[in-house]
Amino acid sequence: MSGTLIVVAECAGREIHPATWDAVALAQHLNPERLVAVALSSDAAGLETAFAARVHELWLVQDPRLADYSAEFYCPALQQVIDSLAPSWVIIPHTYQGRDFAPRLAARYGRSLLADCTAVVQDANGIAFMRPLFQGRLSARVRAVGEAPHFVSVQPGCCVRDGGGLAGGALRVERVTPRFDAAPPRTKGDPPQRAAHESVDLTRADAIVAVGRGIGSAGNLEMARRLADLLGAELAASRPVCDEAWLPIERQIGSSGLTVSPKLYVAIGISGAIQHLAGMRGAGTIVAINKDAKAPIFRVADIGVVGDLHEVVPALIQALESRRNG
Amino acid sequence: MKIAVCMKQVISPDAPLTVDERAGWIREAEFPRETNEPDLYALELALMLKDSHQGEVTVITVGPERAVATVRDALARGADHAIHIVDAEAFAREPLQTAQVIVKVIRETHYDMVLTGLQSTDFGHGQTGVMIAELLGLPHVSMVVEVTLEQNRLRARRELEAGSTQWWDISLPCVLTVQSGINRPRYAGVKGIMAAKKRLVRTVPLAEAHTAPLSSSLSCEAMIVPAARENMTLLSGATPEVVTQLAERLRAVLGH
Repeated sequence: MSGTLIVVAECAGREIHPATWDAVALAQHLNPERLVAVALSSDAAGLETAFAARVHELWLVQDPRLADYSAEFYCPALQQVIDSLAPSWVIIPHTYQGRDFAPRLAARYGRSLLADCTAVVQDANGIAFMRPLFQGRLSARVRAVGEAPHFVSVQPGCCVRDGGGLAGGALRVERVTPRFDAAPPRTKGDPPQRAAHESVDLTRADAIVAVGRGIGSAGNLEMARRLADLLGAELAASRPVCDEAWLPIERQIGSSGLTVSPKLYVAIGISGAIQHLAGMRGAGTIVAINKDAKAPIFRVADIGVVGDLHEVVPALIQALESRRNG
Repeated sequence: MKIAVCMKQVISPDAPLTVDERAGWIREAEFPRETNEPDLYALELALMLKDSHQGEVTVITVGPERAVATVRDALARGADHAIHIVDAEAFAREPLQTAQVIVKVIRETHYDMVLTGLQSTDFGHGQTGVMIAELLGLPHVSMVVEVTLEQNRLRARRELEAGSTQWWDISLPCVLTVQSGINRPRYAGVKGIMAAKKRLVRTVPLAEAHTAPLSSSLSCEAMIVPAARENMTLLSGATPEVVTQLAERLRAVLGH
């Protein structure tokens, strides 16, 4: 592909968010003439090693005001880089941070963001991207139209991890000093607060039984708990269940909660919104019980049962109990 | 405190979706509609702020004729004013276009705060609120899970990955996009519903809300129902047989 691609790296201090590598891998698939990673930080130590052989150039935008993330400083800093590089695409990790600044940045160029892409399609007409609709129940093929630059955000975990990167040439490093308005900032963030975790560590569980909105009521959790006990599993949930406070948020699986990879993951009444899948697709064996055969959870499941959970789960409990007692 | 809340009418998340393969678009006329769930939390946040700090709440929607139901429902729940920007093609608009149309109407009045849901449950772009902030030149905090307001000092707690959060100080006027589940949206009482029927919804034709043509940057070429995983084992049949097979497989996986 001719032209320049920019990948916006997500760095907290010297730590690089893993979603950055999904964005880099996607950019590499497009085989760009010039692939530039842009890192905004106050401290760039170690970044050069990390990006060597993965991109052609690393642009380090350094300023004390970029030490902690803020859309108010990120947008003008990135705008400055985009204006000087004139890229065809700006590729952004679809993380909490990306979702916060990317729409503002795209709007500055009179563009919508092609958000939450899960795959890239290259055909005679050029490049298009797949993105989920209706919380993952449908998928759309979307193409950017009009003038460059185009803005796309990449769902973490969607691409093949980069397999060795770009061949040849040393990494060229460019240091940029951003110019900011003299106006005082209108937002100021405290240091992030880590969630207080329960004593149970779901990320170490061998087996997890997770319930979703389909469970219907808090009272029905009892059967899920019974099933979990029989399997020696921990009980977990998707977001709607924790929003209803039927289970504590410490047991929430998904992008806003925990990422787990147990040997066995039994999803009960979970439709499989992409945010949930992000937290569990790495599980060894995924079992899905759902009444809707088209639910996206079946796209990641190894074993699927299409049926009413209120019928299937009690029967399953009985089957497991009778075997144990028999 | 004057608060604007942007709300969208969407296809009900539980509606069975079918795609018209030739048109590359869902058969949208057929589906039941409801208010986008995240927007209900934004409305409730606005109503709570009004309850504790006085002021008024204006709800704004962009959509075809039927979308008036969404702002009527908001009036019944306690909103003071409603604006319906009538756009028969709203469903096919991209986020920047929607933001541009809404901003035209927001600019007519001074609002201290503009609230939106984090994203819609249909197209899920998750951009309109943040873009409204950019177009209005206002600061924003996205994915808000808690808000405090004392002596005009607004603090908003933002959700981050893996259960972490971060408090932000933000000056007024501003835009907040609201995460689902942060409060209990109140229901409309019978009295509210009756009263809302008589209330005036201001109708703004699309042509009035924007004069320049809306330029597009995205083209949705096709919609597909993604296939199930090819190597998934689908257990089917009567429940007793299914659970017997399933129990076997679960034991095998766990080595019981």
